[in-house]
Amino acid sequence: MKTKKIKKSTIDQKISRRNFISFGVFGTAALGGVLAWKWLYNSPIETITITGGAHKPLRRALNKTELAFRKVFSNNNLVKTYPKSMAAKKVRVNSDIGIEAEKKLDITAWKLQVIKQNGEMLQVSLDDLKALPKTEIIFDFKCVEGWDQIQYWGGVKFSDFITHYNLDDQAKLEYVGMETPDKGYYVGIDMPSAMHPQTILAYEVNANPLPLEHGAPLRLIIPVKYGIKNLKRIGTITFSNTRPPDYWAERGYDYYSGL
Amino acid sequence: MIQLLYIIAKFTNQMKTIKEKHSLAMRWTHWVNFPILTIMIWSGMLIYWANDEYKITLFGHTYFHFFPDWFYKKFHLVHRLSEGMAFHFLFMWFFVLNGIFYILYTLISGEWRELVPNKHSFKEAWLVLLHDLHIRKMAPPQKKYNAAQRIAYTAIIVMGIGSVITGLAIYKPVQFYYLTWLCGGYHLARILHFVLTIGYVLFFVIHVVQVILAGWRNFSSVISGFEVVNDQPKPKIKVADENEKD
Repeated sequence: MKTKKIKKSTIDQKISRRNFISFGVFGTAALGGVLAWKWLYNSPIETITITGGAHKPLRRALNKTELAFRKVFSNNNLVKTYPKSMAAKKVRVNSDIGIEAEKKLDITAWKLQVIKQNGEMLQVSLDDLKALPKTEIIFDFKCVEGWDQIQYWGGVKFSDFITHYNLDDQAKLEYVGMETPDKGYYVGIDMPSAMHPQTILAYEVNANPLPLEHGAPLRLIIPVKYGIKNLKRIGTITFSNTRPPDYWAERGYDYYSGL
Repeated sequence: MIQLLYIIAKFTNQMKTIKEKHSLAMRWTHWVNFPILTIMIWSGMLIYWANDEYKITLFGHTYFHFFPDWFYKKFHLVHRLSEGMAFHFLFMWFFVLNGIFYILYTLISGEWRELVPNKHSFKEAWLVLLHDLHIRKMAPPQKKYNAAQRIAYTAIIVMGIGSVITGLAIYKPVQFYYLTWLCGGYHLARILHFVLTIGYVLFFVIHVVQVILAGWRNFSSVISGFEVVNDQPKPKIKVADENEKD
């Protein structure tokens, strides 16, 4: 009887000890998880600087994630292109931000202003741009919302534009900033994405001049980014080593938004 | 001695033993995955809301639209796209790391042998199903997992890999163009990513029902790692039993 008692209590002790430890750890970890989630979910929203509108820790995570995915970016990775016949006849207009004001922009008076880092300014007319080699692209335009559409754009390859206007020293900086003439809509692009061979300053859609709602007279078409980075109606181009202001990054979206 | 053992066995009518069931790594990854996947599904819904185009339509009649308005409102999923993306693109890292850790562990430890379906599993799974639906009395003999569990728990891992691949295909369709191609294009990749998520929800419902039916002892083993087995007296003792009768 003595043997039995010792043997039984040992195994029971072992069971309760292991249950105590495992359930204790489980409960503590679960509580820790809930608290961590509450902390993250209720974490303060960043104040608008270059970026805004996101929970502070999530913004830090987006910026770190950008660094990771910049490593796989390559000019050899090209967006898939399609035959002209597959391009949408009615190109989707998702918003008129940046062009709602002064809808009737005088296109003939428009000039693209290129401002170098040292403040030097270059003025380029639409005809100057049209004189440069034309690049066309038919690709699947993708929106952060989740929709996409095969569209046909034409214009000047951004890297051609840089070379032609001897802006190579500017292209060594880290970012390009673009904004509408009324400065109401603006975007910042990292230089590698801007210099990607499929990035174009577009003045045509479906082989016709850009209509106002698509950003006449000149817009950015950058297939390695979501639609939010494809600025309509470019007025000014700037270069810098710091992130230029970005309309959608101020509203909680990822600054990089690369595809 | 045999007599004594017999008395013990008869007195308690059983022998308590600890039977090791789930490894620490399996328990850890299981319980880490649960909240992560929940957050991924929730943040995925915040994203999906912005272009909720999927519906079940047959012969021009729409039977179900993912998702009805009341559903979005009830769970506060409306107008939160940027927030959804920010959460999704943080927790994707944890989902992937936890998954890689689990798969590597299962492969290296050899535990995959108890998990991956073998040549009998598909036939036996049918018998398990019949048994679980109370159509058949006997369930086929099993080791750690029965045939249906082997198929289900292996499928869920394959689905996880599928979510990562389809996810990357729609997240970086230019940099990972070959993944997008592998998934049959951007549209199909997004559909597959969505369907897999619906799959997790269905898996979750069945899994929870099965766990409830299997009882506390089974559930607690996924936290503690072991089950207490009340062994019937060993054959050795049964011999003693017979001898006594003689």
